[in-house]
Amino acid sequence: MSVRYRKERLDRGIKARCEDIFALSSYREMLYLLLPRVLPVIALLSLPLLKGVVGLYWEKVLVVTCAIALLALSWDLMASVGLVCLGQALFFGAGAYLTGFLNHSFGWPPFLTIPLGTLGGALFCTLLLLPVLRLRGIYFAIVTLTLPLLLARFIETTKILGGNVGMSGLSPLPGIWFELYVPVVALLICLFGFRRLINEDYGLVLQGIRDNDRAVMSGAINIYKLKAQAVFIAGVAGAFAGAFMTHYYQFVGMPAFALDYSILPLTCAVLGGVGSFAGPTLGAFILVPLSEILRAFGTLRVVFYSTILIICVVGLPEGIFHYIQRKYHQFERLVEVG
Amino acid sequence: MEDSTILTVERVSKSFGGVVAVDGVSFHLEKGELLGIIGPNGSGKTTLVNLITGFVRPDSGKVIYQGKEITGKMPYKIAELGIARTFQMVRPFYQLPAFKNLIIPLYSPRVKKLRGGKYGERDDMAVDLLEEVGFERDSFVPYKMAASLPHGYLKRLELARCLALRPDLLILDELFSGMSMSEVASTLPIIERLNEGGLSIIMVEHRLKELFRIANRVIVLNFGRKIADGPPHQVMKKEEVKAAYLGSEGET
Repeated sequence: MSVRYRKERLDRGIKARCEDIFALSSYREMLYLLLPRVLPVIALLSLPLLKGVVGLYWEKVLVVTCAIALLALSWDLMASVGLVCLGQALFFGAGAYLTGFLNHSFGWPPFLTIPLGTLGGALFCTLLLLPVLRLRGIYFAIVTLTLPLLLARFIETTKILGGNVGMSGLSPLPGIWFELYVPVVALLICLFGFRRLINEDYGLVLQGIRDNDRAVMSGAINIYKLKAQAVFIAGVAGAFAGAFMTHYYQFVGMPAFALDYSILPLTCAVLGGVGSFAGPTLGAFILVPLSEILRAFGTLRVVFYSTILIICVVGLPEGIFHYIQRKYHQFERLVEVG
Repeated sequence: MEDSTILTVERVSKSFGGVVAVDGVSFHLEKGELLGIIGPNGSGKTTLVNLITGFVRPDSGKVIYQGKEITGKMPYKIAELGIARTFQMVRPFYQLPAFKNLIIPLYSPRVKKLRGGKYGERDDMAVDLLEEVGFERDSFVPYKMAASLPHGYLKRLELARCLALRPDLLILDELFSGMSMSEVASTLPIIERLNEGGLSIIMVEHRLKELFRIANRVIVLNFGRKIADGPPHQVMKKEEVKAAYLGSEGET
């Protein structure tokens, strides 16, 4: 009788997986924990250094990728509170327009307009969404999908803030290094900041709202206040992307509220893996460059892009990041059967 | 008189699209009393609990708690005033360890206020609370994932979630349902002890035998109406109650 083998998958011992004192017992285990965190940081920080090698075009792609990744992080944070948002363009547009307005009308420098645009934009969005925080699931999603489109039409018809022409000739950012490193650093801060936040007690309560909001309410916690706070924090990430891109393009117009900024972050999050923050970031770093590479195919680009997307989502419904994470913490071995 | 009453429910009614779930129910609860609410399935017991705790707004009627009207207030405001409730269906945060499930109530402003403006060590407080409801600390049950705990523990976790708020009024919505005989037997003394400590408790129950051992008074609901109110064994002698539970002569 022939010997048959079966593949067995085992989780690595909990010792190496918990962030506890035991984990620091050897370099091997330290590296096991540290590498997945340190490597992406080093990779991200060194990407701008490749400026001379890959050319300015790809550096521009890096900036756009970071902006989309920030929006994806903002989407993921809201999803962690149970708010499925289809309107990240709202954050992006609000931050972009406020920054553009401050620069265009008062001539304030980017050092002032970007922070003000970020905070003001996030505050504006939070106030706008305040009345609909009671809605759940698809109802909240529909409202957020509509709002950026509504604002774009509002600007177009009332011809405020430049109408459909937009505001151009805004101050440029000071220097290429500033252009490249600010979005990368902002992305890293958001990524690790959000991960920390969601694992704190505060984050546990936020996730509690997603899983069972009635239980949280019966725990004497004002869930609407917490939802508003979460929207503001997510808004800061999204509005910053908008504020930065305004000065990067030296232009702000109705495309800031475009549907792309709503749909692309969502796609990144779904592809990368919802709920981990690293997933959506990974998703953005796959999808945005991929879409640029496919430009060579002309009109067929969308066909290839969509096909790859569908294959990924069907093949790895949990998301690429969760798959990699699971494999990293597992080891496989063959065992004899019967 | 007014002082010794903690909760007064005055003729509350609620209907869902033509179906009257609760129909003009009135009752009151003394401080430190253990009141049972019983009735056949669909008689409006859970809706009554939802009406008191703000999850459902009454169509008419009033709920007065500690002299203040709380009708139609948001659930978290009512909880903050000191009314804690369990849910019939347990839905803990499965992917978290049991004690982390208590972080949510321990995070509330009420706990902070009661502890004199400080939250304290939430994890330690959570483990203490779980020990209070019978989670064996030495066997590391409080640290196990909620998903791996048996149903009886999850029910008691639900109880601990309420106790974390240090409530003045505890409403237990079918705490014993789905518990084994031994689990009920070990949970009963916990409730008795809480009641002896001065906590006012309302228990919605189907397990009459166990309830009658500890309840001071029960009210019986049938089709949303209150049909009896009094000491347990007296209430069960009423013809109307017997009929509600066993069906009238003709039906059987």
